Amino acid sequence: MEKQWFTISVYSENNVGLLNRISGIFLKRHINIESLNVSKSEIDGVSKFTIVVHTTERWTHNIVGQIEKQIEVIKAFYHTDDETIYQESALFKIASDLLFDERQIQNIIKENNSQIVTVARDFFVIAKSGRRNEIDEMYDQLKPFGIMQFVRSGRISVSKEEMRITALLNEFYQEK
Amino acid sequence: METVKIKTQENPKKETLKISGAEAIIHCLLAEGVDLLYGYPGGAIMPVYDELYKFQDKLTHILTRHEQGAAHAAQGYARVSGKVGVAMATSGPGATNLVTGLADAQIDSTPMVCITGQVTRHLLGSDAFQETDIIGISTPVTKWNYQITEASEIPEIMAKAFYIAKSGRPGPVLVDITKNAQIDEFEFSYEKCTAVRSYDAVPKPKVETIEAAAELINNAKRPFIVWGQGVILGRAEEELKALVEKSGIPAAWTIMGASALDSEHPLNVGMVGMHGNYGPNMLTNECDVLIAIGMRFDDRVTGSLDTYAKQAKVIHFEIDKAEINKNVHADVAVLGNSKETLGLMLPLIKENTHEAWHNEFKEKYKIEFDQIIKNDIHPTKEGLTMGEVIEEINIASEQNAVIVTDVGQHQMIGCRYAKFKKSKSNITSGGLGTMGFALPAAIGAKMGAMDREVVAIIGDGGYQMTIQELGVIFQHNVPVKIVVLNNDHLGMVRQWQELFFDKRYASTVMVNPDFVKIAEGYSIEAKRVGKREDLKTAIQEMIASDKPYFLEVKVEKEDNVFPMIPSGASVSEIRLK
Repeated sequence: MEKQWFTISVYSENNVGLLNRISGIFLKRHINIESLNVSKSEIDGVSKFTIVVHTTERWTHNIVGQIEKQIEVIKAFYHTDDETIYQESALFKIASDLLFDERQIQNIIKENNSQIVTVARDFFVIAKSGRRNEIDEMYDQLKPFGIMQFVRSGRISVSKEEMRITALLNEFYQEK
Repeated sequence: METVKIKTQENPKKETLKISGAEAIIHCLLAEGVDLLYGYPGGAIMPVYDELYKFQDKLTHILTRHEQGAAHAAQGYARVSGKVGVAMATSGPGATNLVTGLADAQIDSTPMVCITGQVTRHLLGSDAFQETDIIGISTPVTKWNYQITEASEIPEIMAKAFYIAKSGRPGPVLVDITKNAQIDEFEFSYEKCTAVRSYDAVPKPKVETIEAAAELINNAKRPFIVWGQGVILGRAEEELKALVEKSGIPAAWTIMGASALDSEHPLNVGMVGMHGNYGPNMLTNECDVLIAIGMRFDDRVTGSLDTYAKQAKVIHFEIDKAEINKNVHADVAVLGNSKETLGLMLPLIKENTHEAWHNEFKEKYKIEFDQIIKNDIHPTKEGLTMGEVIEEINIASEQNAVIVTDVGQHQMIGCRYAKFKKSKSNITSGGLGTMGFALPAAIGAKMGAMDREVVAIIGDGGYQMTIQELGVIFQHNVPVKIVVLNNDHLGMVRQWQELFFDKRYASTVMVNPDFVKIAEGYSIEAKRVGKREDLKTAIQEMIASDKPYFLEVKVEKEDNVFPMIPSGASVSEIRLK
């Protein structure tokens, strides 16, 4: 089976220790987590993990099964890139003088649909959201001028299909 | 939801009361029906032990000689009784000593709650004396774990711990309680937990999967059932028997499923797996429908997955969704509790006999009997075999004993030849293969089923891993029967060295102490036999005794267990020699 990119979405209770439990499942199988993001979800008190892996569908299926089995996980899904809308964010810290000395930098900022989020005496910061390859391209364009600092976030994504978490939780409360 | 209000004798009218966390833990245990627990005290759990002292008329605490013993005893108790086993330890080394038991209970789906003391809250993370991150350490080997740092959390977490341990696919839960939470007082009231919103304990069976399964079974020409512990945990023994009898399908068991169906039932065709029976292993690759019930296709059962039952349609009855398609693809997956799903399917099953197919199992059994079994249980050579010892135990106990085995050759022989009439009679460390399991597990098993004969069968290697638990047998006069099958070797490793490492016996020869004297040191009646003519009487005497009894049997030093599927080979490559 061929390796592919999969986005694993995990809806869970917001409890200490769950990240450790989930990451252990990847560790046990030597699967590298390519990107990880944890945030609140559309439901109050429910957290959402977005985890990106590059592995076979069989492994992803097994991992998601093991994740969903954890007591505090409400539901876990996996999707291919085609099945999700996804983005990453990046920040570039650049020396301020370049903004004035190198006209090309202003073009790069405009052409990449990025924004300057702050300008200080010594440096300015550009924020860019988009797909990983778009951020990589912008990185390559800025690199020759010198990047003081660079950071990229984990992937965040929403699925095209409905997740039904609210419905699932409602069913639970109705049965009680 | 059931509500349990605790009333003290001093305040019979008051429904909640202000008590310490330590006392609250006792009330939680009592509310969950616990009357027995195993453990070992220490600094960070002392407030709870102080309460155990006050409540000793209601709650018996058994002091094991090592925390590992406490965990295995709790497991033995749980496995034989179907109730949740409880073990308690202090922080640091006390807690880490429980880890082997937790891992064993996790892989063998045993309901257990372990309570550990922890350093006081403000010392957490400071590398305090006997501080260890037991939550971090136990995470991969627990179904759930939680660290309580405030007394008020105790009732809810304890209720959740018991619910999670015993519901769905059971497993171990660890609750770590900081010392301040044991000492602080709070208004106590207890409510049993009956559901957790993020946890679907038992999936609801889908009618269409049951119908699809029944259709495959009814149309099968060579159907074959392999059941596992899921039948025992789901209390589905009657449903399994009814299915087997109505459908006429030959049925085999995994080591964890042993005893769910009478060993002598005509359709019970034996054990699958590495040292299982010849017929069920060979014919796994010749059946047309494989019906897996409450088992998880462990590698010791399947051998090479690439050549496992490829010709068959697979029906998988399973409570744990994560097991579906994990190792073997299921053509039909029937999720749910096995008692419920088998019960729902039964009316749809057509009566059948499958006589010709069943005869193939009988023919294979004859081959195995002539080449192996005969020599194992009725040997003609001089040295004693493990098989004949088990056979004598079968005879003396009239197949009514709970057999607790450790890990290694004696375990495989024990599981191959022990005969069972009742369910929950085979207690062994299946998934983890924990040497040292049997002696403490037998103590727990006896305490969980005082009306039953409990015979621990242990190798000379594993026995010495937890031999200190003889102290518990001595102190509490626990009438377990201990049989050490002594071949002065780590027999299974030695067998592999003989077969696969050109007889290079690296660290498998054991110079053993006088086991009889050791038992006598604990005032346990003890005997040693080394000759065939003495064996029967010795075993009869042991079974007839109503006290703890130790029997050492000196068996052949270099015997091998066959049949054997070499590691990574196909089930159909099973070797008879």
